[in-house]
Amino acid sequence: MAVGVILRAFRLRKPCFSLLETTTTRFISTLVLAEHEGGSIKSSSISSVEAAKCLSKDNSISLLLAGSGPSLQQAATHAALCHPLISQVLVADSDKFIHPLAEGWANLVESVQKKDGYTHILAASGSFGKNILPRAAALLDVSPLSDVIEISGSHQFVRPIYAGNALCTVRYTGESPCLLTIRAPSFPVPASEPRSTAAPITQVDLSTFGEDILKKSRFVKRSSQESERPDLGNARIVVTGGRGLKSAENFKMIEKLAEKIGAAVGATRAAVDAGFVPNELQVGQTGKIVAPELYMAFGVSGAIQHLAGMRDSKVIVAVNKDADAPIFQVADYGLVGDLFEIIPELLEKLPEKK
Amino acid sequence: MKIMVAIKRVVDYAVKVRVKPDKSGVETKNVKMSMNPFCEIALEEALKIREAGLASEVVAVSMGPTQCVDTLRTSLAMGADRAIHVESSSSDHLYPLNVAKLLKALVDAEKPGLLILGKQAIDDDCNQTGQMVAGLLNWPQGTFASKVVLDKENQTATVDREVDGGIETLCLDLPAVITTDLRLNQPRYATLPNIMKAKSKPIKKVTPEELNVHIRSDLDVVEVSEPPKRKAGVILSSVDELIDKLKNEARVI
Repeated sequence: MAVGVILRAFRLRKPCFSLLETTTTRFISTLVLAEHEGGSIKSSSISSVEAAKCLSKDNSISLLLAGSGPSLQQAATHAALCHPLISQVLVADSDKFIHPLAEGWANLVESVQKKDGYTHILAASGSFGKNILPRAAALLDVSPLSDVIEISGSHQFVRPIYAGNALCTVRYTGESPCLLTIRAPSFPVPASEPRSTAAPITQVDLSTFGEDILKKSRFVKRSSQESERPDLGNARIVVTGGRGLKSAENFKMIEKLAEKIGAAVGATRAAVDAGFVPNELQVGQTGKIVAPELYMAFGVSGAIQHLAGMRDSKVIVAVNKDADAPIFQVADYGLVGDLFEIIPELLEKLPEKK
Repeated sequence: MKIMVAIKRVVDYAVKVRVKPDKSGVETKNVKMSMNPFCEIALEEALKIREAGLASEVVAVSMGPTQCVDTLRTSLAMGADRAIHVESSSSDHLYPLNVAKLLKALVDAEKPGLLILGKQAIDDDCNQTGQMVAGLLNWPQGTFASKVVLDKENQTATVDREVDGGIETLCLDLPAVITTDLRLNQPRYATLPNIMKAKSKPIKKVTPEELNVHIRSDLDVVEVSEPPKRKAGVILSSVDELIDKLKNEARVI
């Protein structure tokens, strides 16, 4: 009851808040939710820092990490050195965060926000960020923005809608904080000098952390495809196969080709549904969004939903026996022909990876 | 147990959308509208759970203008028992936060044991509503589900999730929120007799005011534009020519 009264009082004082806001708009402080694996920060999280840089020139960027044990400490050390603009690394070290579950993370973000009052909270729009950030936004009672590809000011953003067939420029007019997930390929991290001094690492105080919800969700297991190939999300070259490959056996040709030129393997929904490859290789509106330097599509027709995931690639090559396939409308180089002849020839003639 | 399924009416997935000349949005007049594909999957899963005897009733809900009734009618024809339509006049401002609040209000009233949604709507591509309503309800969430197994005795749901790099399995205490990925199931078609039967199933109408939800807009659409066009490509005649172009013109290998 008392809480309700206080909340109402806050709402009545809203004009005063907006006044405060206009005088403080120049101070931008960003919290970046970082994902780590094997003791280092994922490159998509470093892209989020790069995106945070676009919000304002004077942006104080904090990186939030959660997990437990030595691999977390190792990741924190990496985080403190991974980007020149990181001003501090916050570490939530607890058994509760061994697995990145949304329930715990959202509460963590809420409590860090309540204490430090950031103007922006960012995460990359992988399965980690998409799972956690909207939940945190609901707890903070603000509207989040998904899949931002361009930042044109501290409160104005561009994001694709309708499977990338339209771009929507949106102004955020809500209360602080503004929550975004960003598309990592749109904010590439330039190769820069490693910073000489590490950013300070601070432990998050978890003494008042709410635990009820954590008991309601339990991690059981995780199965992943081990692969020597580069990660699909940030590979320089992606080789993709579609329904035209006809079988899982034939799809191995795509894998062989990828191996030879050091590329990641992608697939269309049709190829995944037909069981040629596991679904984490799917490129498209509902799969991964990629923007490599070279995207080679074999036996891919080019449905709207697939194009949504790869249309921002620098150079697109399409090989298809159907000259009218829509993929040729976005391809820089097209080859009309039988991929069962063309792939072996490419395998023979393409240069080995450097 | 009751299952609630959230349904959205969107521009059909096969339609090539056109941006309005005044850049205010995407043309939706005289364009084919359908149930969002992920919502169909959500509904199918709810129906399967009911058919397995693990749920007693499936309630479909939708928010938006009057025409949402058509989409709800489709869900009744597929097999939902009844539907609730939250009719809003300012449909343009129904952002996920508002929808999540409306859903929370409906959940508070209907008390389902499970809330199933699609993982994203193919128009705004937000992928937020399920996570947000789970947060508001303080329920556990199983997003991007590719497999759902209910345990009636322990009141849990075991959910396989499609995550970057593989599959993650979680066990959630009910009540819970689940959002569906494409591979969860193959939605059924509504048969003609079922379409006829659906006409007599109840659709309850409520307004956001009746649910005590204030529709707030945190976002202003400045403009909607066409994505940049790619310059026309060339059709090559041989593998040698392709390799040459990639090496010497595009310089990517």
